[in-house]
Amino acid sequence: MNSASSYLDQFFFLALPYVALFTFFFVTIERYRNRKFTYSSLSSQFLENQQHFWGLVPFHYGILVVITGHIVAFFVPREILWWNSKPLRLYILEGTALVFAILAAVGLIAAIVRRANVSKMRKVTSPVDWVLFALLLIQVLLGIEVAVRYPWGSSWFATSLSPYLWSVVRLSPDLSYVTPLPLTVKLHIINAFLLILMFPFTRLVHILVIPNPYLWRKPQVVRWYRRPVKA
Amino acid sequence: MNVRSQISMVFHLDKCIGCHTCSIACKNIWTDRKGAEYMWWNNVETKPGTGFPTAWEDQEKYNGGWVVDDGELKLRSTSKAKTVFNMFHHPNMPTMDDYYEPWTYDYQHLFNAPEGPDQPTAVPISMVTGELINIKSGPNWDDDLGGSPVYAENDPNLDGLTDEQRQQLFAVERLVLFYFPRICNHCLNPSCVASCPSGALYKRGEDGIVLLDQNRCRAWRACVAACPYKKTFFNWSTGKSEKCILCYPRLETGQAPACFHSCVGRIRYLGVLLYDASRIEEVAKSPVEDLVEAQRSIILDPNDPAVIAAARANGIHDSVIESAQRSPVYKFVKEWKIALPPHIEFRTLPMLFYVPPMAPVMAGKENGTVKNISEDLFHDIEEARVPMRFLANLLGGGNEGKVRYALRKQKAVRWYRRALTVGDVTDAQAAEMLAQADCTPEEAEAIYRLTSLCTFDDRFVIPPMHREEAIEMMEDPLEHKQNTGFGFLTGPRRGL
Repeated sequence: MNSASSYLDQFFFLALPYVALFTFFFVTIERYRNRKFTYSSLSSQFLENQQHFWGLVPFHYGILVVITGHIVAFFVPREILWWNSKPLRLYILEGTALVFAILAAVGLIAAIVRRANVSKMRKVTSPVDWVLFALLLIQVLLGIEVAVRYPWGSSWFATSLSPYLWSVVRLSPDLSYVTPLPLTVKLHIINAFLLILMFPFTRLVHILVIPNPYLWRKPQVVRWYRRPVKA
Repeated sequence: MNVRSQISMVFHLDKCIGCHTCSIACKNIWTDRKGAEYMWWNNVETKPGTGFPTAWEDQEKYNGGWVVDDGELKLRSTSKAKTVFNMFHHPNMPTMDDYYEPWTYDYQHLFNAPEGPDQPTAVPISMVTGELINIKSGPNWDDDLGGSPVYAENDPNLDGLTDEQRQQLFAVERLVLFYFPRICNHCLNPSCVASCPSGALYKRGEDGIVLLDQNRCRAWRACVAACPYKKTFFNWSTGKSEKCILCYPRLETGQAPACFHSCVGRIRYLGVLLYDASRIEEVAKSPVEDLVEAQRSIILDPNDPAVIAAARANGIHDSVIESAQRSPVYKFVKEWKIALPPHIEFRTLPMLFYVPPMAPVMAGKENGTVKNISEDLFHDIEEARVPMRFLANLLGGGNEGKVRYALRKQKAVRWYRRALTVGDVTDAQAAEMLAQADCTPEEAEAIYRLTSLCTFDDRFVIPPMHREEAIEMMEDPLEHKQNTGFGFLTGPRRGL
């Protein structure tokens, strides 16, 4: 291995992850504390309702399933390997993941086309939104390419990526898991860290404010100013 | 009994002249901002007409409000389960096309246009895109178009009217119309609050004003879909929803809300009602025909010692109870029963009430000429050109009896005053009319005074809000001495 690529690996898989994660936690919390008003999904459905459905719905369902898959593989790699030990189950898992990834890609492209084509949409699309769209599109397309060219991702994620990510979390990064990976996979990982880095500077923060309390709160909300809080 | 106080309102439709001063007062103070140009927290509609946004009353289209399903009160537009799926694309979200695209004119062109053979013009440009726009509709587009086949005929309140009743509306030169000013109803069972996934919408405990916490709104848009009156609006620029705040900063300093204050016809009344919060759900679930009466029953008598004791126990200040005892709204709604809630069948229990208009058109049309159809000085209520059914759909939850009662009483008051001041009606006739209308001379006099001679202080009985106590509870005012203040210190800038 020549030294240049070694330096690059160190930069992308050692420095970048920590810069990204630090920025993610620090700026996200800072933004929530000081600029709460900016936490919004910034919905544009009010301005355009038809294409909105065909873009946003497939994208969100697709990306949610795919990300959930990544997170599950990160946390329980052994169970994934056990599941994949039967070929049929492996095919089901990989097939499902691929279908939802394609769904996400189709939805994302529809959303981008909508943003570009509808004049009202362009008015509510910031430069940061375009950067985000580019990163997301690259990420989803790279993911699909990885899934198609390097089967079976769910298994080797569990054996090589999950340990690498855990080593990053444990503050003793072990690059030996990632350096031998193909370029496409590496790009997918680098782009993922870029997305984490960009997270607090974009509308992605709306992911953090999904309204789970709604599911168990009472329908009506009353706020009292004068009544002392019951201890 | 869980006594709470609610700032409530009465709009006297017979006095509304449709001048839109209220709308302009509100617009100038609250909604002349980017993203809010299209909003009219206060608007005045022509009835019959389709209103703003177009056909808002048609819940088959917008799915707002509540329904009773299997004995349970449920939102039409969403539910706990559906809220997750509605998040990415709300199926009942109105779009800007349902309101209108705001525009201005390119006035600069009048100054900058190159010299040419024609006068330069100021073309309309969209306030959203800045591009040239072909104006198709605007706020109050159907103003005064009472007989219009495009607007008036599509009024959802015309459902259930016979052809004959519909023709009644067109009898004389298509003139039958009345104005219907609307603001947020600050409901007791608000569907906007119940639908908000983020819990950003809330009802203020002390005065019942429904507010939307701009810091907690995440633009899930559920409130816009759920409000059957379409009085929550989505700000497309900030990505937050907004609504009428009943000018609470004015109320807290003892001033009437801007739309009330500026009302030229003096049609607006504001005061406190005490109500029993423990009965909200039960009342909102009542059968449709009983809803008006059920809502009245939840409003408590502020002079009843038991109510006063319960109110005190609940932390309601004596000054607020005293204010409730003088409330003009209580008189209109509960004592005289001549003010009715709009579309109570949406089951949000609106706390803005309307005195139905007399629409005093005596004449019908016969052989191409206008003809009196009644020998009475004031025509029979049943012969009114606005069919009872129409008013009942709008203000009575379909219950014609409630509207008839309110109109009879108003008519009796006119007879009573006529006997006193003009004398072409005998006292006996007036007394007969009052008796028929379930009204005493004292009550008639009181109605007359509060309707015709009302001063500012009669119309607006604003309770002290005691915000000084509230602020001291949360923050030390001295802490902010020589400071920029506290609260919302930056402009409402859109997130990245």
